[in-house]
Amino acid sequence: MKRIFAAALSTLALLGMAATAFATDIAVKGSTTVQPIMQKAVESFMAQNKGVSISISASGSGDGAKAIIDGSTPLAMMSREMKESEIKQAKEKGVNPKQIIIAYDCLTPVVNTANPVKNLTMAQLKDIYTGKVKDWKDLGGTPGQIVVVSRDSSSGTFEYWNEHVLKKERVFPGALMQASNGAVAQTVAKNKYAIAYVGLAYTHAPGLKAVTVEGVGGSVENTLNGTYPISRGLYLYTNGEPTGDVAKLVNFILSEAGQKIVSSVDYVPVKAPKGAAKKGKK
Amino acid sequence: MQRRTKETLIKQAFLATAATSLAVLALIMIFLFMEGLPTFGFVSVQDFLFGMDWYPTDEARPDYGILPLFAASGAVTLLSSLLAIPLGVMSAVYLAEIASPKVRAVAKPVVEMLASLPSVVIGFFGMVVLAPFLQEFFDIAIGLNLFNASLMLAFMSVPTIASVSEDAIYAVPRELKEASLALGATHLETLLRVTLPAALSGIGTAVILGMSRAIGETMVVLMVAGGAAIMPDSIFGPVRPMPASIAAEMAEAPFRGHHYHALFATAMVLFLVTLFFNIMADYISHKHRQTGSASL
Repeated sequence: MKRIFAAALSTLALLGMAATAFATDIAVKGSTTVQPIMQKAVESFMAQNKGVSISISASGSGDGAKAIIDGSTPLAMMSREMKESEIKQAKEKGVNPKQIIIAYDCLTPVVNTANPVKNLTMAQLKDIYTGKVKDWKDLGGTPGQIVVVSRDSSSGTFEYWNEHVLKKERVFPGALMQASNGAVAQTVAKNKYAIAYVGLAYTHAPGLKAVTVEGVGGSVENTLNGTYPISRGLYLYTNGEPTGDVAKLVNFILSEAGQKIVSSVDYVPVKAPKGAAKKGKK
Repeated sequence: MQRRTKETLIKQAFLATAATSLAVLALIMIFLFMEGLPTFGFVSVQDFLFGMDWYPTDEARPDYGILPLFAASGAVTLLSSLLAIPLGVMSAVYLAEIASPKVRAVAKPVVEMLASLPSVVIGFFGMVVLAPFLQEFFDIAIGLNLFNASLMLAFMSVPTIASVSEDAIYAVPRELKEASLALGATHLETLLRVTLPAALSGIGTAVILGMSRAIGETMVVLMVAGGAAIMPDSIFGPVRPMPASIAAEMAEAPFRGHHYHALFATAMVLFLVTLFFNIMADYISHKHRQTGSASL
């Protein structure tokens, strides 16, 4: 559905381009992870700024980097930092990539409040999700079967967890695959043997206890200072300082309204840490 | 307008209405098969139906085996039928034969009201109330499991079974019962030897309709079955029936990608199973139709 909508939006944008020849046209390209933020931000932005038409095509961070290097986009979305090699390529073409961080993606393992386990290592998390460790007593908890809860394999959250924690190994088939963050939180809150992972905003749900990873707790500060291992920045890249409507769009995303959009699509805002805590209490 | 023309027009109008639902069904079927059949271009029918691994989003080596999903649907339906059939048929017997008219006037609408409970409400109940209870009471690790889903589905099929069976029992001709009683049979004997056998085809239809409701139900199994794509090995183990898998994954499956087609193929299997159930119900109700008192 998202994709169809994106396609429809870009078509509309194209039509708009033809109609208002003097208006600015921006074609944003890059990461699918950043796309939900961009999608919503662009909708609000275009409603406020008539005459600016923006199209979004999301196919991956790599494509975003390529597009900024070959100049086919003024604004690239990336869910990782640009690699040395990409920056070098850009410099050779006279492009000067400028990084703008707009949000964080931070996944926190959670257990039931009745579970005494406080900390897990990355290796332990991997063993739990691949089914190698099956009992809490092997992790310093009260003996009992570990009930592994995961997001459905189609979700972006799962994808990131799979990449970072499981290193692309398969989740063992006995894991309870739940369709939404809400269902995950509900399952863990009602089951003292359960473990799951949720976006930072959900760790405050009643009945859940966040577990530290390698001794570091998932929080906005630890995400910002880079010590928390299961988080990543979400970036925009421009060629040099952004100008004109691109600069306006970037400023809008970094504004309070833009950062609200960031938390509304379950990412960590870079600017308003209060928003994340509030949301979880719902 | 002439009377005859009017008659013809009305007739045509009714024909058109009847044809509409047929056409809709046909279109849905065509669409289902059009989207589902391409699956067998990248996975063999055998690997699809009997494959043990369901990993449709694995980038390097996706697996599209629906046997665990199919078995889960079967297990959930079977267990819920075991719970719902005695409950449904016995309530029907009570309502039709034993209850006083006053009790019947209250109890029957209440049973039927159970059918109008939205499935998401039943699912929520299973998730929030029954799951923690099962965990505590049976001291098991996972409350979202086969048993929980079956119990919730049984709740949903009892009204169907009870209401259709009750109609069948109620429709047994009065003369039959009177004749039996006149020959000196007790009420219980009449019930077991005369009324129930005479209503058997109707009860059979009721049971199959109830089962086909259970196998196609989505929300309840999505919420309370647990969602683990493994072969059901215990009644307290988590499972992932076909409708749950389709509902959970369709939204994120890339349009017309392999995963998308595989989900449609799963829907095809589900459709064929429910179609089979409905044909069975139809066959039983025609084959053993009670036509007047003479045919017993």
